[in-house]
Amino acid sequence: MNAPVTTQQGVRVTVRGLRRSFLGQPVLKGLNFEVDRGEIFVVMGPSGSGKSVLLKHIIGLETPDEGEILIEGESIQSPGVMDKYRMAMVFQSGALFNSLTVGENVGLYLSEHRLQAADEIARIVTEKLEIVGLKGQEDRSPSELSGGMKKRVAIARALVIEPQLILYDEPTSELDPLMAVTIGDEVIKLNRRIRVTSIVVTHDRDLAFGIADRIALMADGQILTVGKPEEVKSNPHPQIQKFLTADFNLNKERTPL
Amino acid sequence: MFQNIGEMLALLWRTLQALPLTWRHRHKVYDQLFEIGNASLLMACILSLFIGGVIALQTGPLLAERGLSGYVGGIVGNAICKELAPVMMSILIAGRIGSAMAAEIGSMRVYQEIDALRTMNINPVHYLVLPRLVAISCALPILVVFSVMVGWMGGALVAVYNNQIGISFQAYFSNLRELVDLGKVVNGLFKSFIFAVVVGVVSCHQGLQTIGGPRGIGRSVTKAVVNSIVLILILDYFVTRFLMYLD
Repeated sequence: MNAPVTTQQGVRVTVRGLRRSFLGQPVLKGLNFEVDRGEIFVVMGPSGSGKSVLLKHIIGLETPDEGEILIEGESIQSPGVMDKYRMAMVFQSGALFNSLTVGENVGLYLSEHRLQAADEIARIVTEKLEIVGLKGQEDRSPSELSGGMKKRVAIARALVIEPQLILYDEPTSELDPLMAVTIGDEVIKLNRRIRVTSIVVTHDRDLAFGIADRIALMADGQILTVGKPEEVKSNPHPQIQKFLTADFNLNKERTPL
Repeated sequence: MFQNIGEMLALLWRTLQALPLTWRHRHKVYDQLFEIGNASLLMACILSLFIGGVIALQTGPLLAERGLSGYVGGIVGNAICKELAPVMMSILIAGRIGSAMAAEIGSMRVYQEIDALRTMNINPVHYLVLPRLVAISCALPILVVFSVMVGWMGGALVAVYNNQIGISFQAYFSNLRELVDLGKVVNGLFKSFIFAVVVGVVSCHQGLQTIGGPRGIGRSVTKAVVNSIVLILILDYFVTRFLMYLD
Protein backbone atom coordinates (compact mmCIF):
# COMPACT_ATOMS: atom_id res chain seq x y z
CA MET A 1 0.00 0.00 0.00
CA ASN A 2 2.08 2.90 -1.28
CA ALA A 3 -0.44 5.65 -1.97
CA PRO A 4 -1.71 7.67 1.00
CA VAL A 5 -5.06 6.32 2.21
CA THR A 6 -7.82 8.91 2.32
CA THR A 7 -10.04 9.17 5.37
CA GLN A 8 -13.04 11.00 3.88
CA GLN A 9 -16.30 9.06 3.69
CA GLY A 10 -17.92 8.62 0.30
CA VAL A 11 -16.25 9.25 -3.05
CA ARG A 12 -17.52 10.78 -6.27
CA VAL A 13 -17.68 8.36 -9.20
CA THR A 14 -17.72 9.57 -12.80
CA VAL A 15 -18.41 7.29 -15.75
CA ARG A 16 -17.46 8.91 -19.02
CA GLY A 17 -18.05 7.51 -22.52
CA LEU A 18 -17.80 3.88 -21.34
CA ARG A 19 -17.85 1.34 -24.16
CA ARG A 20 -17.15 -2.37 -24.00
CA SER A 21 -17.64 -5.24 -26.43
CA PHE A 22 -17.21 -8.98 -25.95
CA LEU A 23 -16.39 -11.01 -29.08
CA GLY A 24 -17.47 -8.08 -31.25
CA GLN A 25 -20.82 -7.82 -29.47
CA PRO A 26 -21.26 -4.36 -27.87
CA VAL A 27 -22.39 -4.70 -24.24
CA LEU A 28 -21.86 -1.13 -23.01
CA LYS A 29 -22.57 1.54 -25.62
CA GLY A 30 -21.13 4.82 -24.35
CA LEU A 31 -22.36 5.32 -20.78
CA ASN A 32 -22.13 8.70 -19.06
CA PHE A 33 -23.23 9.49 -15.51
CA GLU A 34 -21.93 10.75 -12.19
CA VAL A 35 -22.57 9.48 -8.67
CA ASP A 36 -22.22 11.99 -5.84
CA ARG A 37 -20.47 11.43 -2.53
CA GLY A 38 -22.64 9.52 -0.08
CA GLU A 39 -25.39 8.87 -2.63
CA ILE A 40 -27.32 5.62 -3.09
CA PHE A 41 -27.36 5.23 -6.85
CA VAL A 42 -29.37 2.34 -8.25
CA VAL A 43 -28.81 0.94 -11.73
CA MET A 44 -31.92 -0.88 -12.90
CA GLY A 45 -32.68 -2.74 -16.04
CA PRO A 46 -33.69 -6.06 -17.50
CA SER A 47 -31.36 -9.07 -17.42
CA GLY A 48 -28.60 -8.85 -20.01
CA SER A 49 -28.71 -5.05 -20.20
CA GLY A 50 -25.05 -4.76 -19.07
CA LYS A 51 -25.58 -3.77 -15.41
CA SER A 52 -23.15 -6.28 -13.87
CA VAL A 53 -20.53 -5.59 -16.54
CA LEU A 54 -20.83 -1.89 -15.69
CA LEU A 55 -20.24 -2.69 -12.01
CA LYS A 56 -17.14 -4.74 -12.81
CA HIS A 57 -15.76 -1.78 -14.78
CA ILE A 58 -16.43 0.62 -11.90
CA ILE A 59 -14.38 -1.48 -9.48
CA GLY A 60 -11.61 -2.12 -12.00
CA LEU A 61 -12.20 -5.82 -12.63
CA GLU A 62 -12.71 -5.12 -16.34
CA THR A 63 -10.91 -2.69 -18.64
CA PRO A 64 -13.07 -0.58 -20.97
CA ASP A 65 -12.51 -0.49 -24.73
CA GLU A 66 -13.20 3.24 -24.65
CA GLY A 67 -14.02 5.82 -21.99
CA GLU A 68 -13.02 5.98 -18.36
CA ILE A 69 -14.18 5.55 -14.78
CA LEU A 70 -12.99 8.27 -12.43
CA ILE A 71 -12.90 8.01 -8.64
CA GLU A 72 -12.56 11.54 -7.28
CA GLY A 73 -11.14 12.50 -10.69
CA GLU A 74 -8.57 9.67 -10.86
CA SER A 75 -8.90 6.82 -13.31
CA ILE A 76 -9.70 3.48 -11.64
CA GLN A 77 -7.07 1.92 -13.93
CA SER A 78 -4.26 4.17 -12.69
CA PRO A 79 -1.86 2.54 -10.24
CA GLY A 80 -2.47 3.27 -6.58
CA VAL A 81 -6.17 4.17 -6.84
CA MET A 82 -7.23 0.86 -5.29
CA ASP A 83 -4.82 1.57 -2.42
CA LYS A 84 -5.86 5.19 -2.03
CA TYR A 85 -9.63 4.67 -1.88
CA ARG A 86 -11.31 1.88 0.02
CA MET A 87 -13.79 0.10 -2.21
CA ALA A 88 -15.82 -3.03 -1.72
CA MET A 89 -18.19 -5.12 -3.76
CA VAL A 90 -20.98 -7.44 -2.65
CA PHE A 91 -21.24 -10.08 -5.34
CA GLN A 92 -24.50 -11.60 -6.51
CA SER A 93 -23.44 -15.04 -5.30
CA GLY A 94 -21.74 -13.65 -2.20
CA ALA A 95 -18.39 -15.00 -3.51
CA LEU A 96 -17.44 -16.24 -0.05
CA PHE A 97 -14.33 -18.39 0.23
CA ASN A 98 -15.54 -21.91 0.89
CA SER A 99 -12.20 -22.98 2.33
CA LEU A 100 -12.52 -20.36 5.11
CA THR A 101 -14.98 -20.01 7.97
CA VAL A 102 -17.46 -17.14 8.12
CA GLY A 103 -15.21 -15.30 10.59
CA GLU A 104 -12.12 -15.79 8.42
CA ASN A 105 -14.05 -14.58 5.37
CA VAL A 106 -15.14 -11.41 7.12
CA GLY A 107 -11.69 -10.72 8.57
CA LEU A 108 -9.73 -11.61 5.43
CA TYR A 109 -9.08 -8.03 4.32
CA LEU A 110 -7.64 -7.07 7.72
CA SER A 111 -5.56 -10.24 8.13
CA GLU A 112 -4.14 -10.24 4.60
CA HIS A 113 -3.18 -6.56 4.75
CA ARG A 114 -2.01 -6.98 8.37
CA LEU A 115 -4.01 -3.99 9.47
CA GLN A 116 -4.88 -5.28 12.96
CA ALA A 117 -3.72 -7.82 15.51
CA ALA A 118 -5.54 -11.17 15.59
CA ASP A 119 -7.63 -10.41 18.69
CA GLU A 120 -8.64 -7.00 17.32
CA ILE A 121 -9.64 -8.64 14.01
CA ALA A 122 -11.79 -11.11 15.96
CA ARG A 123 -13.49 -8.20 17.76
CA ILE A 124 -14.15 -6.32 14.50
CA VAL A 125 -15.49 -9.48 12.84
CA THR A 126 -17.93 -10.03 15.72
CA GLU A 127 -19.02 -6.39 15.55
CA LYS A 128 -19.64 -6.48 11.78
CA LEU A 129 -21.48 -9.79 11.97
CA GLU A 130 -23.67 -8.32 14.69
CA ILE A 131 -24.54 -5.39 12.40
CA VAL A 132 -25.87 -7.81 9.76
CA GLY A 133 -27.63 -9.96 12.37
CA LEU A 134 -25.24 -12.90 12.26
CA LYS A 135 -23.57 -12.73 15.65
CA GLY A 136 -22.16 -16.07 16.77
CA GLN A 137 -21.85 -17.52 13.24
CA GLU A 138 -18.07 -16.98 13.05
CA ASP A 139 -17.09 -20.65 13.06
CA ARG A 140 -19.60 -21.89 10.53
CA SER A 141 -18.63 -22.78 6.98
CA PRO A 142 -20.21 -20.76 4.11
CA SER A 143 -21.63 -24.02 2.74
CA GLU A 144 -23.81 -24.31 5.87
CA LEU A 145 -25.47 -20.91 5.29
CA SER A 146 -28.66 -20.01 3.45
CA GLY A 147 -28.59 -17.65 0.45
CA GLY A 148 -29.67 -14.69 2.57
CA MET A 149 -27.06 -15.40 5.25
CA LYS A 150 -24.35 -15.63 2.59
CA LYS A 151 -25.36 -12.22 1.25
CA ARG A 152 -25.24 -10.75 4.75
CA VAL A 153 -21.81 -12.28 5.38
CA ALA A 154 -20.68 -10.71 2.09
CA ILE A 155 -22.00 -7.35 3.33
CA ALA A 156 -20.17 -7.82 6.66
CA ARG A 157 -17.00 -8.59 4.70
CA ALA A 158 -17.48 -5.35 2.77
CA LEU A 159 -18.15 -3.41 6.01
CA VAL A 160 -14.80 -4.49 7.46
CA ILE A 161 -13.07 -2.53 4.70
CA GLU A 162 -14.90 0.61 5.93
CA PRO A 163 -15.44 1.43 2.27
CA GLN A 164 -15.83 4.81 0.69
CA LEU A 165 -17.52 3.17 -2.26
CA ILE A 166 -19.58 0.01 -2.04
CA LEU A 167 -21.03 -1.82 -5.02
CA TYR A 168 -23.89 -4.29 -4.71
CA ASP A 169 -24.59 -6.73 -7.52
CA GLU A 170 -28.23 -7.91 -7.33
CA PRO A 171 -28.25 -7.89 -3.51
CA THR A 172 -31.79 -9.27 -3.25
CA SER A 173 -31.80 -11.89 -5.99
CA GLU A 174 -32.73 -15.39 -4.74
CA LEU A 175 -34.04 -13.92 -1.47
CA ASP A 176 -37.53 -14.06 0.00
CA PRO A 177 -39.33 -10.68 0.35
CA LEU A 178 -38.60 -10.40 4.09
CA MET A 179 -34.90 -10.98 3.60
CA ALA A 180 -34.89 -8.58 0.63
CA VAL A 181 -36.31 -5.86 2.91
CA THR A 182 -33.63 -6.65 5.54
CA ILE A 183 -30.89 -6.31 2.95
CA GLY A 184 -32.41 -3.06 1.66
CA ASP A 185 -32.48 -1.74 5.24
CA GLU A 186 -28.82 -2.69 5.66
CA VAL A 187 -27.89 -0.71 2.54
CA ILE A 188 -29.69 2.39 3.84
CA LYS A 189 -28.36 2.03 7.42
CA LEU A 190 -24.81 1.67 6.19
CA ASN A 191 -25.20 4.68 3.95
CA ARG A 192 -26.53 6.82 6.81
CA ARG A 193 -23.96 5.59 9.32
CA ILE A 194 -20.76 6.16 7.32
CA ARG A 195 -21.97 8.21 4.32
CA VAL A 196 -20.53 5.66 1.93
CA THR A 197 -21.27 6.06 -1.77
CA SER A 198 -23.38 3.08 -2.80
CA ILE A 199 -24.03 1.81 -6.31
CA VAL A 200 -26.65 -0.91 -6.41
CA VAL A 201 -27.35 -2.99 -9.49
CA THR A 202 -30.75 -4.67 -9.41
CA HIS A 203 -33.85 -5.53 -11.37
CA ASP A 204 -35.90 -5.54 -8.16
CA ARG A 205 -38.21 -2.53 -8.59
CA ASP A 206 -39.31 -2.50 -4.94
CA LEU A 207 -35.72 -2.38 -3.71
CA ALA A 208 -34.74 0.28 -6.23
CA PHE A 209 -37.59 2.66 -5.41
CA GLY A 210 -37.26 1.91 -1.69
CA ILE A 211 -33.60 2.81 -1.25
CA ALA A 212 -32.43 4.98 -4.17
CA ASP A 213 -31.48 8.63 -4.07
CA ARG A 214 -31.27 8.43 -7.85
CA ILE A 215 -31.96 5.68 -10.36
CA ALA A 216 -30.42 4.97 -13.76
CA LEU A 217 -32.44 2.72 -16.03
CA MET A 218 -30.40 0.67 -18.49
CA ALA A 219 -31.49 -1.30 -21.51
CA ASP A 220 -29.40 -2.89 -24.24
CA GLY A 221 -26.13 -1.37 -23.01
CA GLN A 222 -27.44 2.20 -22.87
CA ILE A 223 -28.81 4.41 -20.14
CA LEU A 224 -32.39 5.40 -20.92
CA THR A 225 -32.81 7.82 -18.04
CA VAL A 226 -31.16 9.02 -14.81
CA GLY A 227 -33.10 10.79 -12.11
CA LYS A 228 -34.82 10.74 -8.75
CA PRO A 229 -37.21 7.79 -8.25
CA GLU A 230 -40.32 9.89 -8.87
CA GLU A 231 -38.77 11.38 -12.04
CA VAL A 232 -38.00 7.91 -13.37
CA LYS A 233 -41.48 6.69 -12.47
CA SER A 234 -43.13 9.54 -14.36
CA ASN A 235 -40.88 9.30 -17.41
CA PRO A 236 -43.16 8.59 -20.40
CA HIS A 237 -40.50 6.68 -22.42
CA PRO A 238 -42.36 3.51 -23.53
CA GLN A 239 -39.42 1.16 -22.75
CA ILE A 240 -39.14 2.61 -19.22
CA GLN A 241 -42.86 2.34 -18.60
CA LYS A 242 -42.88 -1.21 -19.96
CA PHE A 243 -40.12 -2.22 -17.51
CA LEU A 244 -41.68 -0.43 -14.54
CA THR A 245 -45.24 -1.62 -15.07
CA ALA A 246 -44.61 -5.19 -16.26
CA ASP A 247 -46.84 -7.58 -14.32
CA PHE A 248 -48.59 -10.91 -14.65
CA ASN A 249 -51.82 -10.58 -16.57
CA LEU A 250 -54.06 -12.57 -14.26
CA ASN A 251 -57.23 -11.81 -16.28
CA LYS A 252 -55.93 -13.67 -19.31
CA GLU A 253 -57.78 -16.96 -19.82
CA ARG A 254 -55.59 -19.96 -19.16
CA THR A 255 -55.41 -22.88 -21.52
CA PRO A 256 -56.51 -26.02 -19.63
CA LEU A 257 -53.76 -28.56 -19.05
CA MET B 1 0.06 -22.65 -27.55
CA PHE B 2 2.79 -19.95 -27.60
CA GLN B 3 0.39 -17.56 -25.87
CA ASN B 4 -0.15 -20.16 -23.13
CA ILE B 5 3.58 -20.66 -22.69
CA GLY B 6 4.08 -16.90 -22.51
CA GLU B 7 1.33 -16.55 -19.90
CA MET B 8 2.78 -19.39 -17.84
CA LEU B 9 6.25 -17.83 -17.92
CA ALA B 10 4.73 -14.49 -16.89
CA LEU B 11 2.90 -16.22 -14.01
CA LEU B 12 6.15 -17.92 -12.95
CA TRP B 13 7.98 -14.60 -13.04
CA ARG B 14 5.29 -12.86 -10.95
CA THR B 15 5.41 -15.72 -8.45
CA LEU B 16 9.21 -15.57 -8.24
CA GLN B 17 8.97 -11.83 -7.59
CA ALA B 18 6.62 -12.60 -4.71
CA LEU B 19 9.00 -15.17 -3.12
CA PRO B 20 10.08 -12.75 -0.34
CA LEU B 21 6.44 -12.86 0.87
CA THR B 22 6.61 -16.63 1.47
CA TRP B 23 7.10 -16.27 5.23
CA ARG B 24 3.91 -14.21 5.43
CA HIS B 25 2.00 -16.99 3.71
CA ARG B 26 3.73 -19.81 5.58
CA HIS B 27 0.50 -21.18 7.08
CA LYS B 28 -0.94 -21.65 3.60
CA VAL B 29 2.33 -23.34 2.55
CA TYR B 30 2.07 -25.74 5.53
CA ASP B 31 -1.56 -26.51 4.61
CA GLN B 32 -0.55 -27.28 1.04
CA LEU B 33 2.40 -29.41 2.17
CA PHE B 34 0.07 -31.40 4.40
CA GLU B 35 -2.38 -31.84 1.51
CA ILE B 36 0.35 -33.03 -0.84
CA GLY B 37 1.90 -35.40 1.69
CA ASN B 38 -1.44 -36.74 2.82
CA ALA B 39 -2.68 -37.33 -0.71
CA SER B 40 0.48 -38.79 -2.19
CA LEU B 41 2.84 -40.43 0.30
CA LEU B 42 1.17 -43.84 0.56
CA MET B 43 0.52 -44.00 -3.18
CA ALA B 44 4.14 -42.95 -3.87
CA CYS B 45 5.49 -45.72 -1.64
CA ILE B 46 3.32 -48.44 -3.20
CA LEU B 47 4.17 -47.27 -6.72
CA SER B 48 7.91 -47.10 -6.00
CA LEU B 49 8.01 -50.50 -4.31
CA PHE B 50 6.55 -52.15 -7.40
CA ILE B 51 8.60 -50.10 -9.88
CA GLY B 52 11.81 -51.13 -8.09
CA GLY B 53 10.59 -54.71 -8.01
CA VAL B 54 9.70 -54.87 -11.69
CA ILE B 55 13.05 -53.44 -12.81
CA ALA B 56 14.82 -56.11 -10.78
CA LEU B 57 12.45 -58.71 -12.23
CA GLN B 58 13.09 -57.60 -15.82
CA THR B 59 16.85 -57.20 -15.62
CA GLY B 60 17.81 -59.75 -12.93
CA PRO B 61 17.25 -63.02 -14.87
CA LEU B 62 19.02 -61.62 -17.97
CA LEU B 63 22.01 -60.62 -15.87
CA ALA B 64 21.94 -63.92 -13.96
CA GLU B 65 22.06 -65.89 -17.24
CA ARG B 66 25.30 -64.09 -18.04
CA GLY B 67 26.68 -64.45 -14.52
CA LEU B 68 26.20 -60.74 -13.79
CA SER B 69 23.43 -60.96 -11.20
CA GLY B 70 25.54 -58.93 -8.78
CA TYR B 71 24.87 -55.86 -10.93
CA VAL B 72 21.12 -55.82 -10.26
CA GLY B 73 21.57 -53.40 -7.35
CA GLY B 74 23.45 -50.88 -9.47
CA ILE B 75 20.97 -51.04 -12.34
CA VAL B 76 17.91 -50.71 -10.12
CA GLY B 77 19.62 -47.99 -8.07
CA ASN B 78 20.54 -45.86 -11.09
CA ALA B 79 17.23 -46.31 -12.91
CA ILE B 80 15.23 -45.38 -9.84
CA CYS B 81 17.15 -42.36 -8.61
CA LYS B 82 18.07 -40.80 -11.93
CA GLU B 83 14.95 -41.39 -13.96
CA LEU B 84 12.00 -43.35 -12.65
CA ALA B 85 11.49 -41.80 -9.22
CA PRO B 86 11.55 -38.16 -10.44
CA VAL B 87 9.43 -38.82 -13.54
CA MET B 88 6.91 -41.21 -11.96
CA MET B 89 6.45 -39.09 -8.85
CA SER B 90 6.01 -35.95 -10.98
CA ILE B 91 3.34 -37.70 -13.06
CA LEU B 92 1.66 -38.91 -9.86
CA ILE B 93 1.73 -35.39 -8.42
CA ALA B 94 0.40 -33.94 -11.69
CA GLY B 95 -2.54 -36.34 -11.46
CA ARG B 96 -3.29 -36.00 -7.78
CA ILE B 97 -2.18 -32.51 -6.81
CA GLY B 98 -2.06 -30.61 -10.12
CA SER B 99 -5.63 -31.61 -10.86
CA ALA B 100 -6.76 -30.54 -7.38
CA MET B 101 -4.99 -27.19 -7.74
CA ALA B 102 -6.57 -26.51 -11.14
CA ALA B 103 -10.01 -27.54 -9.85
CA GLU B 104 -9.81 -25.44 -6.68
CA ILE B 105 -8.50 -22.29 -8.36
CA GLY B 106 -10.82 -22.87 -11.34
CA SER B 107 -13.87 -23.08 -9.13
CA MET B 108 -12.74 -19.95 -7.26
CA ARG B 109 -12.52 -18.19 -10.60
CA VAL B 110 -15.92 -19.41 -11.80
CA TYR B 111 -17.64 -18.51 -8.52
CA GLN B 112 -16.07 -15.01 -8.47
CA GLU B 113 -13.90 -15.64 -5.40
CA ILE B 114 -10.84 -14.42 -7.33
CA ASP B 115 -12.73 -11.27 -8.34
CA ALA B 116 -13.59 -10.84 -4.65
CA LEU B 117 -9.87 -11.07 -3.78
CA ARG B 118 -9.06 -8.40 -6.34
CA THR B 119 -11.76 -6.06 -5.02
CA MET B 120 -10.15 -6.46 -1.57
CA ASN B 121 -6.84 -5.46 -3.15
CA ILE B 122 -5.41 -8.93 -2.44
CA ASN B 123 -3.16 -10.20 -5.22
CA PRO B 124 -4.39 -13.67 -6.33
CA VAL B 125 -0.83 -14.64 -7.31
CA HIS B 126 0.41 -13.95 -3.78
CA TYR B 127 -2.62 -15.49 -2.09
CA LEU B 128 -3.19 -18.56 -4.28
CA VAL B 129 -0.23 -19.33 -6.55
CA LEU B 130 2.76 -18.56 -4.31
CA PRO B 131 1.89 -20.97 -1.44
CA ARG B 132 1.03 -23.76 -3.88
CA LEU B 133 4.17 -23.35 -5.95
CA VAL B 134 6.43 -23.17 -2.91
CA ALA B 135 4.75 -26.20 -1.33
CA ILE B 136 4.88 -28.39 -4.43
CA SER B 137 8.53 -27.41 -5.10
CA CYS B 138 9.47 -28.53 -1.58
CA ALA B 139 7.21 -31.57 -1.42
CA LEU B 140 8.08 -33.28 -4.70
CA PRO B 141 11.84 -33.63 -4.05
CA ILE B 142 11.04 -34.96 -0.53
CA LEU B 143 8.59 -37.43 -2.07
CA VAL B 144 11.31 -38.49 -4.54
CA VAL B 145 13.69 -39.23 -1.64
CA PHE B 146 11.03 -41.57 -0.18
CA SER B 147 10.39 -43.05 -3.60
CA VAL B 148 14.10 -43.75 -4.20
CA MET B 149 14.51 -45.53 -0.87
CA VAL B 150 11.35 -47.59 -1.24
CA GLY B 151 12.14 -48.36 -4.89
CA TRP B 152 15.60 -49.62 -3.96
CA MET B 153 13.99 -51.76 -1.29
CA GLY B 154 11.47 -53.16 -3.80
CA GLY B 155 14.33 -54.11 -6.11
CA ALA B 156 16.18 -55.74 -3.22
CA LEU B 157 13.20 -57.86 -2.22
CA VAL B 158 12.82 -59.22 -5.75
CA ALA B 159 16.58 -59.71 -6.19
CA VAL B 160 16.78 -61.72 -2.98
CA TYR B 161 13.54 -63.74 -3.09
CA ASN B 162 13.26 -64.41 -6.84
CA ASN B 163 14.78 -67.81 -7.59
CA GLN B 164 16.13 -66.73 -11.00
CA ILE B 165 18.23 -63.97 -9.39
CA GLY B 166 18.77 -65.10 -5.80
CA ILE B 167 21.46 -62.74 -4.53
CA SER B 168 21.87 -61.56 -0.94
CA PHE B 169 20.77 -58.17 0.44
CA GLN B 170 24.42 -57.47 1.16
CA ALA B 171 25.48 -58.14 -2.46
CA TYR B 172 22.58 -56.03 -3.80
CA PHE B 173 23.32 -52.98 -1.65
CA SER B 174 27.08 -53.34 -2.02
CA ASN B 175 26.72 -53.08 -5.82
CA LEU B 176 24.20 -50.27 -5.44
CA ARG B 177 26.64 -48.28 -3.27
CA GLU B 178 29.41 -48.91 -5.76
CA LEU B 179 27.46 -47.63 -8.80
CA VAL B 180 25.22 -44.96 -7.29
CA ASP B 181 26.78 -41.93 -5.67
CA LEU B 182 25.19 -38.91 -4.00
CA GLY B 183 25.57 -36.86 -7.18
CA LYS B 184 23.18 -39.16 -9.04
CA VAL B 185 20.58 -38.83 -6.32
CA VAL B 186 20.98 -35.05 -6.41
CA ASN B 187 20.51 -35.14 -10.23
CA GLY B 188 17.16 -36.85 -9.69
CA LEU B 189 16.15 -34.33 -7.03
CA PHE B 190 17.08 -31.44 -9.33
CA LYS B 191 14.89 -32.94 -12.06
CA SER B 192 12.00 -33.37 -9.66
CA PHE B 193 12.31 -29.73 -8.56
CA ILE B 194 12.04 -28.57 -12.19
CA PHE B 195 9.02 -30.85 -12.76
CA ALA B 196 7.38 -29.58 -9.56
CA VAL B 197 7.62 -26.01 -10.83
CA VAL B 198 6.14 -27.14 -14.16
CA VAL B 199 3.19 -28.92 -12.49
CA GLY B 200 2.56 -25.98 -10.14
CA VAL B 201 2.69 -23.29 -12.82
CA VAL B 202 0.68 -25.25 -15.40
CA SER B 203 -2.03 -26.19 -12.88
CA CYS B 204 -2.36 -22.73 -11.34
CA HIS B 205 -2.38 -21.13 -14.79
CA GLN B 206 -5.12 -23.45 -16.01
CA GLY B 207 -7.13 -22.72 -12.85
CA LEU B 208 -6.80 -18.97 -13.30
CA GLN B 209 -7.82 -19.24 -16.98
CA THR B 210 -11.02 -21.18 -16.24
CA ILE B 211 -14.16 -19.83 -17.86
CA GLY B 212 -17.70 -21.14 -17.85
CA GLY B 213 -19.29 -23.33 -15.22
CA PRO B 214 -18.52 -26.87 -14.04
CA ARG B 215 -17.69 -27.93 -17.60
CA GLY B 216 -15.02 -25.22 -17.73
CA ILE B 217 -13.55 -26.49 -14.46
CA GLY B 218 -13.43 -30.04 -15.86
CA ARG B 219 -11.73 -28.79 -19.00
CA SER B 220 -9.11 -26.92 -16.95
CA VAL B 221 -8.37 -29.99 -14.83
CA THR B 222 -7.89 -32.19 -17.89
CA LYS B 223 -5.67 -29.60 -19.56
CA ALA B 224 -3.63 -29.13 -16.38
CA VAL B 225 -2.88 -32.85 -16.06
CA VAL B 226 -2.27 -33.54 -19.75
CA ASN B 227 -0.12 -30.44 -20.32
CA SER B 228 1.90 -31.14 -17.15
CA ILE B 229 2.64 -34.74 -18.17
CA VAL B 230 3.57 -33.78 -21.74
CA LEU B 231 5.87 -31.00 -20.49
CA ILE B 232 7.44 -33.31 -17.88
CA LEU B 233 8.30 -35.93 -20.51
CA ILE B 234 9.66 -33.36 -22.99
CA LEU B 235 11.66 -31.49 -20.37
CA ASP B 236 12.98 -34.78 -18.96
CA TYR B 237 15.02 -35.29 -22.12
CA PHE B 238 16.47 -31.78 -22.13
CA VAL B 239 17.20 -31.68 -18.39
CA THR B 240 18.89 -35.10 -18.65
CA ARG B 241 21.04 -33.81 -21.53
CA PHE B 242 21.91 -30.73 -19.48
CA LEU B 243 22.85 -32.80 -16.43
CA MET B 244 24.95 -35.18 -18.58
CA TYR B 245 26.74 -32.15 -19.99
CA LEU B 246 27.47 -30.93 -16.44
CA ASP B 247 28.79 -34.40 -15.48
